[in-house]
Amino acid sequence: MPKVYVSSVIDASAERVWREVRDFSSLPKWVPAVAECRIEGNAPADQIGCVRAFKLKDGGMLREKLLALSDYDFSTTYSILESPMAVENYVATLRLVPVTDGERCFAEWTAEFDCDPTRAEALVDQIGRGVFQAAFDELKRRVARR
Amino acid sequence: MVEVVCSTVIDAPLEAVWAVLRDFSGAGPIPGSNLAGALEGGRTAAAVGATRAAATQSGAALRERLIDLDDRKHTLKTCLVDTPLPLYGYVAHQFLRRVTDGDRTFWQWRASFATDPQRRDDFAARIAEDVMAAGFASVRARVSRTRSAGSEPAVMRVARAATAATATAPGPLEAAIVQVSRHGGPEVLENARANVLPPGPGQVRVRHSAIGINYIDVYCRTGAYPLLAPPGVPGMEAAGIVVDVGEGVVGFLPGDRVAYAAPPVGAYASVRNIAADALVLVPPSIDDETAAAAMLKGLSAEYLLHRVHRVREGDRVLVHSAAGGVGLLLCQWAKKLGAVVVGTVSSADKARLARDHGCDYPIVSRGTGFLKAVQDATKGKGCDVVYDGIGKASFLESFEALAMCGHLVSYGQASGPLDPVDPAIFSRKSASLTRPVLFHYTADPETLRAMAAILFAAIDAGLRAAPRQRYPLSQAAQAHRDLEGRRTVGASILVP
Repeated sequence: MPKVYVSSVIDASAERVWREVRDFSSLPKWVPAVAECRIEGNAPADQIGCVRAFKLKDGGMLREKLLALSDYDFSTTYSILESPMAVENYVATLRLVPVTDGERCFAEWTAEFDCDPTRAEALVDQIGRGVFQAAFDELKRRVARR
Repeated sequence: MVEVVCSTVIDAPLEAVWAVLRDFSGAGPIPGSNLAGALEGGRTAAAVGATRAAATQSGAALRERLIDLDDRKHTLKTCLVDTPLPLYGYVAHQFLRRVTDGDRTFWQWRASFATDPQRRDDFAARIAEDVMAAGFASVRARVSRTRSAGSEPAVMRVARAATAATATAPGPLEAAIVQVSRHGGPEVLENARANVLPPGPGQVRVRHSAIGINYIDVYCRTGAYPLLAPPGVPGMEAAGIVVDVGEGVVGFLPGDRVAYAAPPVGAYASVRNIAADALVLVPPSIDDETAAAAMLKGLSAEYLLHRVHRVREGDRVLVHSAAGGVGLLLCQWAKKLGAVVVGTVSSADKARLARDHGCDYPIVSRGTGFLKAVQDATKGKGCDVVYDGIGKASFLESFEALAMCGHLVSYGQASGPLDPVDPAIFSRKSASLTRPVLFHYTADPETLRAMAAILFAAIDAGLRAAPRQRYPLSQAAQAHRDLEGRRTVGASILVP
C-alpha cells in the first residue's frame, strides 16, 4: 500500500494554523491546486460524514468524505469517494502539533491508498509534492502575510 | 494527574537525533538534567528495563528506567523509580517525527504524574524547564557537534556520583522551650532549654519562626485534655524552616518553608521534630506569622464550613466567640460564602471587630442569654447551623437557636465538657448534632494538604488571618493569662 508522508514547520501557533485548515470547505484558500469547493447537501462543514465536492484548476473533480475531526488534537481525517486519480481506499490525515519553544507548529500530512503498482511512485510524488507540500508552502505564506 | 508537554524542532536529521535519544547509557537527557547518569547493573544502552541513576543539583538521587523503546516509530518511554520527590506515577513519553520539508526533526516530550496539589505548578515548571528544555538544549548541542565534526563525537561525560545524602547531618540542636512543669494555671509554664536530636525515620526537624497559641494549649496545661504528661512542652501549631529530614521522608528538603497544626504537643520550642505527614508547604504569598496563626484556626474554619456542614448562600449561621481566633475566620468566610452571619461576643469592642469581619448581627452576651437576639436577627426562624466552641454553658441555648432541620456543631468546650444530652430532644426540630475533631479530618496527609491549599487560597483572596497579638516565646504564661482572661482578639502567636 503506497504511503505519503509530508511534514513541515509553520511559523504560527497551531491554533492559528488550525483556524485556516479546520473548515472542510476551505481548500481553495490554502491548497493551490483547488479552484472551488462546496459541502454537499448544505451540511455544516464540521459535521462528521459530510462530503466536500471540489474542482481542481486543471478541471478534475473530486468528492471527499470527512471521517474524523478533532479540535483537541488539531487533526482531520478524510477519504476519497471519487477522483480522477484512480486510487482506492484512500485515507488521509492532516495534523498540527504545537512546538512549545516558539510561536510555531509542526504540521504533518499522511495518506495511504491502493493503486496500480506501476503508478504508485508517480502518485506519491504528485500527492506529496504537488498537493501536500504546496499546501504547506501556501499556509506559510498566508500566516506570514498577517 | 499533571501533564507537562514540551516540543521543539532540532535542525538535524531524525536519525542523528534518535541516535542520541535512544542511547540510555547516560549521555542523553535525564530528569533533573544537566546531569549525567550511570547505568545500573551492567545493563547495556538501549536495553529496555535498564535503570540509570543521577543526582539533581541539590543532591537528590533520581533513578530513571527505560520501559519502552521503538526504533521503527522513534518513540521511547521512561519512568522514575524511588524518587525522593513527591512525583507519583511519573511516566515520560517522547517521540520524534521527521520534518520532510528540510533536514529537521520534530521532538515532543510529554510527562504525566501525580503530586501534592500545592507543588504541582512548581513541579510542572521545573520539569518543563530543568528537564525538557534542558534536554532539548543538550541534544541540540550534541547533534550540532556531531555534524560539524563529521564523525561520532568523543563526548565523554563524567558520571557524577549520585550523592543522595544531603548535607552531613548535624548533631543535636539546642532549643529554647516552654514546658508545663505540672498541671495547673499559667504559672506552671516554665522557660527552659533542651537538645533536639536529629529527626528519626519519617520525621522532619523544623526551626520555628512563629508558634500559634490555641485554647487547646490551655486544656493541655490544666490537664483537661490528656494530651500532655508533665513535664512536657505544649503547643500544636507552628511555622518555620526545615533543618533536616529523617530517613524515608518524601517531599520535604532542608530550607523548605513549612507549617503544621497537629498532635503530638511540643510546638512551644524554637526547634522540634515532627512527622513529615503533618507538614504542609507554605506558599510564598503567606508569611510565617500568618501561617502559624492560621493553620489550626484556619483549617478549623475550612472544615467546619465545608466539611462538617456545607454552608451555602443564604444560610443563617450562628458563630459563638465571633471575635475569637476561629470566630473571626468563621465570620469572614461564612460571609464570603453568602451566609447571613449572627455572632456572640463578650464586649462592645469585640462586637465592632466581629462586624468588621463580616458578622451581620453581633450579639453581646457572656455565653448565655443570646436566644432572643438570635430570634430577632433571624425573624424568628433560628439558624441553619450553630458553631459552638463554648460547650457546656451554651449548649442548650444553642440548640434552642437552631432553625427547623438545623445543625448544631459543637467543636469545642471552653466552658467545660458537655452534659449528657437526651437524643430525643433533637426530634423537636429534626435537628442534628456533630461533635467534630479537626485532627480526624487532617489525619490523611492528602486531605490535610488539600484543606491547606483551600485555606491559603482564601487568604490570598482576602481572608484576614494574620495574628493580632504577638508575644516572645519566653512570655507564654502571660499569653495564656490574656487568652483565658478574654483580653485577646483573633489569633495570638509566640515568637522564639
